[in-house]
Amino acid sequence: MPTLYELTAYELRSRLSAGDISAEELMFSLLERIERVEGDIKSYITLQKDEAINEAQKIDKHLKNSKKKGHLMGIPIAIKDNICTQNIRTTCGSKMLENYIPPFNATVIERILKEGGIIIGKTNMDEFAMGSSTETSFYGITHNPWNLDYVVGGSSGGSGAAITADEAILALGSDTGGSIRCPASFCNATGIKVTYGLISRYGLVSYACSLEQIGPLTKDIRDCALLLNILIGYDPYDSTTLQLPKKDYLKSLSTEIRGIKIGVPQEFLGEGTDEAVSKAIWDAIYLLETYGATYSEISLPLINYAVPCYYIIAMSEASSNLARYDGIRYGHRIEKDEGEWNEVFSEDRLAFGPEVRRRIMLGTYALSAGYYDMYYLKALKIRTLLRKQFEDQFKSFDILVGPTMPTIPFKIGEKIFDPLSMYMSDIDTVIANITGMPALSIPCGFSNGLPIGLQLSGNFLSEEILLAVAHKFQQETDFHKKKPLLE
Amino acid sequence: MKEHITKEQVEHIAWLARIKLTEEEKEKFTVMFNDILNYFRKIDEIETGNIEYTSYSIQIKNVMRDDLVRPSLSPEEALKNAPKKEKNFIKAPRMV
Repeated sequence: MPTLYELTAYELRSRLSAGDISAEELMFSLLERIERVEGDIKSYITLQKDEAINEAQKIDKHLKNSKKKGHLMGIPIAIKDNICTQNIRTTCGSKMLENYIPPFNATVIERILKEGGIIIGKTNMDEFAMGSSTETSFYGITHNPWNLDYVVGGSSGGSGAAITADEAILALGSDTGGSIRCPASFCNATGIKVTYGLISRYGLVSYACSLEQIGPLTKDIRDCALLLNILIGYDPYDSTTLQLPKKDYLKSLSTEIRGIKIGVPQEFLGEGTDEAVSKAIWDAIYLLETYGATYSEISLPLINYAVPCYYIIAMSEASSNLARYDGIRYGHRIEKDEGEWNEVFSEDRLAFGPEVRRRIMLGTYALSAGYYDMYYLKALKIRTLLRKQFEDQFKSFDILVGPTMPTIPFKIGEKIFDPLSMYMSDIDTVIANITGMPALSIPCGFSNGLPIGLQLSGNFLSEEILLAVAHKFQQETDFHKKKPLLE
Repeated sequence: MKEHITKEQVEHIAWLARIKLTEEEKEKFTVMFNDILNYFRKIDEIETGNIEYTSYSIQIKNVMRDDLVRPSLSPEEALKNAPKKEKNFIKAPRMV
């Protein structure tokens, strides 16, 4: 009999609304678990224990007295610390926002609270979501639950770790260049970046606004679908959200996948991909074949230009987005500020860590007179080519398959002083952000006791087929159910 | 390896980005930036002549709404996070 904190939101939901368990019981089970493992893992920057217990008690009263029930009644959820939560500190993993307490909720938070979800805390992340390992956080490093000496991936590393270590039932992350899918892969969790514009970014601290989307990190794909049903939808506060008819993603899980056509781009399994990762991906493809899928190997040479294209765009947008941190309206302000505006401003901004400063400066360079055409505009043109190349592929294939990350998790400290090698590890994830198309990561194997992630990607608004394939895979395998021994 | 950026240029962009650097950092960033930019220039291999650029992956036109007064933050709430303030104003360093 599994302990309450080990169950999925989908399983807990019916037990909560049937009155078999109370929200308070579930909350205590989870908080005790956090108490026991958080010291080693460090998933959270801020925990909301007392508030969460209070909320759980309120939900229990509501469940008893009211017929009207939300879809997340009493489910504890961890929120990445770059998503604004009213009256809960939101640091973005940075010293710059150490004392920032948002006076408003992000739209996704409003939606979760409306359905009865309970925020248990804010999770650790790379500073301003810039990183692939959660090592650049001002608040310390999150450790991989599978081996504490290894990274959890990033930038939503705290959310990934919280799911795997059973420190949260559901979690939210954000994905600018793989920041949901990378920790999903490195932690053995399930995560999706949806089509650009499906989920409101209102209240998400901006890093690169043409690339990023908020999304779920969960224990399985069914929980992903459950959360997507709540997160997706038009928002008047975010003019880039799409106005589309409402879909039930839980229903789409059972879509028939027999006959679907899979493309396997050889560049996803190219140089730099671990042998064990390649083997796990091929095993997964052969398994999908037994469910009636067919596959073809293809070549998409432009993939080799995706990483520089992505970083030029992301850094350029970052340099503009992060210009707002001047220490005037909010954020870090130096004590001695009698100097002239620009001097004070330049010193306030020393609260940024090295990676953030690096990206702001390189972005400034890529946008500056004389270099704009050479870097930024050129990258935006390659973006057009990449998008076209992928759109063309989806005339022949339903989904593309490959690894989420080319390697298993690396050791803490191994890449942090070599930014270029850290950037290159994003080769398989950045495409979906450049094109705006959806991609998800599910567990598909282990090597040396560390997890491997399978990435499924599809055309614009193809979430339903991606979810259906992932669901079939999770029904037939138990990789996603494997848990590290922590206690 | 070709030099893409000089120490003087690093100083200049640091100024444009309003980020103060120490002498040591200027040296370090120059080496590192050259390394990264050298890798970025891989994109030169692609011919992009007359190709249109894509700044957003979805086609968005101007999104308009009626200009209506709606409930909003009180001045106290809006100023809550300002490090320095006086009355209902934000206090900034001198401009000139």
